[in-house]
Amino acid sequence: MTTTETTLRLDVGPVTALQPVTLLAALGWFGAAALLSWWPDLTFQPLVRELSLTWAALGAVVGLFGLFGGRLGRAGAWTQLRGPWLFAIAVATVVWTVLTAKTGILPQPFFPTPQAMFEVFLYDWPKMLHSAWFSVLLLGQGFLWGAAAGFSIGIAMGWSRAFSYWSVPLLRYIGPLPATAWLPLAFFIFPTSGSASVFLIAFSTAFPVAVLTWSGVAAVNRDYYEIARTLGASPRFLILKVAIPAALPHVFVGLFMGLSTSFAVLVVAEMLGVEAGLGWYLQWAQGWAAYANMYGALFVMAAMCSGLITLLFRIRDRVLVWQKGVVRW
Amino acid sequence: MVAAALQTVPEAGRSIAVDAVSHRFDLEGKPLPVLDDVSFDIEPGAFVALLGPSGCGKSTLLRLVAGLDHPVAGSIKVDGAKVGDPDPSRILVFQDPTLFPWRTVRANVALGLEAQGILKTEGRRVDAAIRMVGLEGFDKAYPHQLSGGMAQRVALARALVNRPNLLLLDEPLGKLDSLTRLAMQAELVSLWQQTGLTAVLVTHDVEEAIFLAQRVIVFGPRPARIVADLPVDLPYPRHRGDPQLADLRRQALGHLGLEASW
Repeated sequence: MTTTETTLRLDVGPVTALQPVTLLAALGWFGAAALLSWWPDLTFQPLVRELSLTWAALGAVVGLFGLFGGRLGRAGAWTQLRGPWLFAIAVATVVWTVLTAKTGILPQPFFPTPQAMFEVFLYDWPKMLHSAWFSVLLLGQGFLWGAAAGFSIGIAMGWSRAFSYWSVPLLRYIGPLPATAWLPLAFFIFPTSGSASVFLIAFSTAFPVAVLTWSGVAAVNRDYYEIARTLGASPRFLILKVAIPAALPHVFVGLFMGLSTSFAVLVVAEMLGVEAGLGWYLQWAQGWAAYANMYGALFVMAAMCSGLITLLFRIRDRVLVWQKGVVRW
Repeated sequence: MVAAALQTVPEAGRSIAVDAVSHRFDLEGKPLPVLDDVSFDIEPGAFVALLGPSGCGKSTLLRLVAGLDHPVAGSIKVDGAKVGDPDPSRILVFQDPTLFPWRTVRANVALGLEAQGILKTEGRRVDAAIRMVGLEGFDKAYPHQLSGGMAQRVALARALVNRPNLLLLDEPLGKLDSLTRLAMQAELVSLWQQTGLTAVLVTHDVEEAIFLAQRVIVFGPRPARIVADLPVDLPYPRHRGDPQLADLRRQALGHLGLEASW
């Protein structure tokens, strides 16, 4: 909960149920629905009636919140806060409809109409969801392996002089190489394109995690070790209970960077070799010149990536609850 | 009764014998002497202050007694045995509380017992130590939520929970505001009296040394050598306005070459 959110809520409170901005957003959605059904399309478009009914229904729901939002608990508080966004999205939808379906200023089929997008989501969602699920599984496997490997390597490098003597030059030389450069070789070496992709994703995750874990362990205040030693700590205790917890904030930065780069590797791997997943869906849609499907896949992919990053930040907030002033995502 | 949970044997303090100790650091290849032929004995259960200008090497001496470093020449014996590696019976309290920020107050205090693998059986000592420094109710707080004085109290509890025989205090009150500092000076004396351990306090604060200790060993500038050994033969509780303290203070300042400021 950010401070602005709290103050916004305090300003309005439960005294008045009316949310004027939310009401305005409802009008925007009704307007979009009316414009869609009464202004004739340039070319034939599917599902015009269904889409305009959907928008009108959306306008009705938003309007309900506009009238009684103050009494509708958390959801009402959300519409109060995001009312301007609801309105802006309605306006953007109107602009989109006008530019594509109604006037053709943005040419078809490269800029699909709202109706075309609606059709894609209405009829192709099982395939998209399945692709997204496959992508998450592949990414999850690669990311977990890579995070585990990077974390172990980083701890060993921070702790053992001998290990860092041999591994630092290797890491410095091989680490910065983009994982995608290994792609042609990986598809040869590994028995399946799936295992090759897991390796590539793990590789791209492991590098930032290893570097940041290493620097996290190296940056641990020496006094912590001395205090633990005077209190009778064994070397094992020093690693598990001093070095690792102290390095965790760095480790999470590494995990964040690793996750971000692994998205790129995932998409490339799916486009070039794996026969499933959102990357593959993109590629497949391009083959059919199905532009609306491509936009749809991008939309789902953005939701997936953003969701995974959010999940990582949630985990970090729980683990690093002792830190003050952590960045909220 | 709180003290009883922390100290099984009354009068459990240790003796210290520092014999002809010299020490130096390597500073970019050049040897930097910090201690020069220092010798003194401390009897069990005493409260002794090591007083000297900043950076004279008295903290180094404390680290040598703790076993965190080993002297270049001479020997340090605790209860007749040569000091080896750090041991929970000799606890060093630093100027910074250096609490582990990822641990709650309770988990910080429990650190020593956990490290020695006796937390399960001896867990009640943690509560006793927290009570002893007056931090009941703050068990679940994280270090960043504590004031400087509270943090230093946690550091003291973290030391006391191990039932040390020897408490080595490296300017533990140096970074506190002056009011907290006065309050904690009195607390240090009462902790020492309750536990019966040997306390060695390093400080550059003349008044603090004389107010707290039974004996003040005065060091000159680096490399540290002993310039005076002043007994403070006054009963506790002491009073800051006591004319005898003022007289001792003048003597100590004289040994530090600062009599003009008196």
